[in-house]
Amino acid sequence: MLTTFQSVTKNHLQDRLFKVLRDVMSSPSGAIGVSLVFFHLVLAVISPFIVPFDYREISSLLMLQGPSFEHWFGNDHLGRDIFSRTLLGGREAILITGIATPIAVIWGSFIGIFFGLVGGRIDEFAMRIVDAFLSLPWILKMLVLIVTFGTGMGVLIPTLAFFYGIPVIRIARAATHDVVARDFISAAKARGHGRIAIIRHELLPNVLDTLMVEGAMRWSWMLLAFSSLSFLGFGASPPTPDWGLMIADARGFMSFAPWGVLAPVVFLSSLIIGINLTADALAKALGIDRIQKAPV
Amino acid sequence: MLSMLLRRLLLGLVTVVLVSIIIFTGVEILPGDACTAFLEREAQGKLLENCRRDLDLNRPALERYVDWASGAVVGDLGVSVNGQESIAELVGNRMNNSLLLAFCALLVGVPLAIFLGVITALWRDKPIDLFFSTVAIFAMTIPEFVSSTVLILVFSVWLGWLPGIVLTSANASAVEFFPEIILPVIVVAMVMTAHILRMVRTSVIDVLASDYVRMATLKGVPYWQVVFRHVLPNALLPAINVVALTIAWLLGGVVVIEVVFNYPGLGRMMIDSISDRDLPVVQAIALILATVYVSVNLTADLLTMIANPRLRTLHMRK
Repeated sequence: MLTTFQSVTKNHLQDRLFKVLRDVMSSPSGAIGVSLVFFHLVLAVISPFIVPFDYREISSLLMLQGPSFEHWFGNDHLGRDIFSRTLLGGREAILITGIATPIAVIWGSFIGIFFGLVGGRIDEFAMRIVDAFLSLPWILKMLVLIVTFGTGMGVLIPTLAFFYGIPVIRIARAATHDVVARDFISAAKARGHGRIAIIRHELLPNVLDTLMVEGAMRWSWMLLAFSSLSFLGFGASPPTPDWGLMIADARGFMSFAPWGVLAPVVFLSSLIIGINLTADALAKALGIDRIQKAPV
Repeated sequence: MLSMLLRRLLLGLVTVVLVSIIIFTGVEILPGDACTAFLEREAQGKLLENCRRDLDLNRPALERYVDWASGAVVGDLGVSVNGQESIAELVGNRMNNSLLLAFCALLVGVPLAIFLGVITALWRDKPIDLFFSTVAIFAMTIPEFVSSTVLILVFSVWLGWLPGIVLTSANASAVEFFPEIILPVIVVAMVMTAHILRMVRTSVIDVLASDYVRMATLKGVPYWQVVFRHVLPNALLPAINVVALTIAWLLGGVVVIEVVFNYPGLGRMMIDSISDRDLPVVQAIALILATVYVSVNLTADLLTMIANPRLRTLHMRK
């Protein structure tokens, strides 16, 4: 009895996932977005095996050479192959933000749902603290921690996960508030279900849509933050190939070697746009109107 | 109405106080203090003691917090470790420059955003809408340092029309920043326009679908009269809040743009003081930016309330 019930819900979930994916892919912008994200994810996995040159290989002969048959995107100020570096340049960013995003969404959601359920004075006060955190510019919060603790992955992931989880608290809380007032929650309470059961079976499925869209947006903002930090010299550290870092390095030679800037610009932009298009299409497919906010 | 106003003001004040506590405890909790951060490896013996004495770091934290916070209220933000100057003076000029940048960007961005937002909503899903909506997504999502770099490459390196970097000193007058300020203004305005445009578009589309607009149309009110009399006044209200959010973003988030263009604003000063580990300056800038953020949002809420009578009672019920 129990097993059949479980398999039914599982199938239902699978059906629903397929339907959402189909809806996302059916709009042109969604299809473009998903393909871009897919391309970058595949590239991040396979790039170490397909790059034609070693990303650290310095050559004085090739310094600032333009695109050629051998070096497709040209060479940078140290004579390194820009094509290889560009292909590899998203790996660290995708890895760090790929780990930090789920952490941020999960801890933010838990706290948000908790305060949404508790309500009252405690909730009011907690939201004031959230507001206070949000009123500080993200770059200041992050830089202070990074300057104190260093720039390694062990610092960047917790820092990003912590600060980008705070806005999720608000979203999760608001979504919870919307759901809690509905009749099926009262019905579950009347049936005598426990708190945990209500959260698992009634609340989470209804809040999940919002959180999924939120997660996609968080990812794009986190990528933006990470590459901005790299650009400013506080993210990835040389000689790691990273788009933000590459753009910062190549900027000084822009007037006579613009190819050094263009390749990472195109790759970084296409990934971020891909994520955003996907998030938009996802929101539309799930029936959530996503009002654009400034990336706080 | 008045009690609501007071409530909002009080909430804003509470947020600012909480921010100051967060900033202060943040600096306290982090390893090291202003002196060890500033002196780095030389932080030992007499040098460290003197520095701590100069900055009064030997007193209990609570006492120092009260001193710092009460000083900040009357505009005394303390002195920087680096150079021992008054922070209020240091920040003043930079603040003006940031405000100049923000003001120019708003002047260009807001009217453009509202105009384009209304156009894209009225011609929804037509080529003109698709075009501007796509451009908006690009402008919004591409990192600021990328768009700045591309604009510098095109307009100053290839075409040679505009200077790509700001060389004017921090305490120059507003006029001296032209034409160097044009490219930074374009970048800031671009991001801002995109955000406001999307918001205006959504809200105009919402109002167009409302019952009273259909009613007016069915009654035979001419299309443009419906648009100007019924749709726009109701649709533009939510835009106030987005404008506020973007202004708040402008003051803190333009850090990267200021660095790229070497613009002597508050954001670049923040990065510099963080790199120099000048913690008193960092604290001061954080407090200023947070206060601006809170007050801009507060102003937007109040404006919306004044412009929209419905909200006054709605909020009360909450």
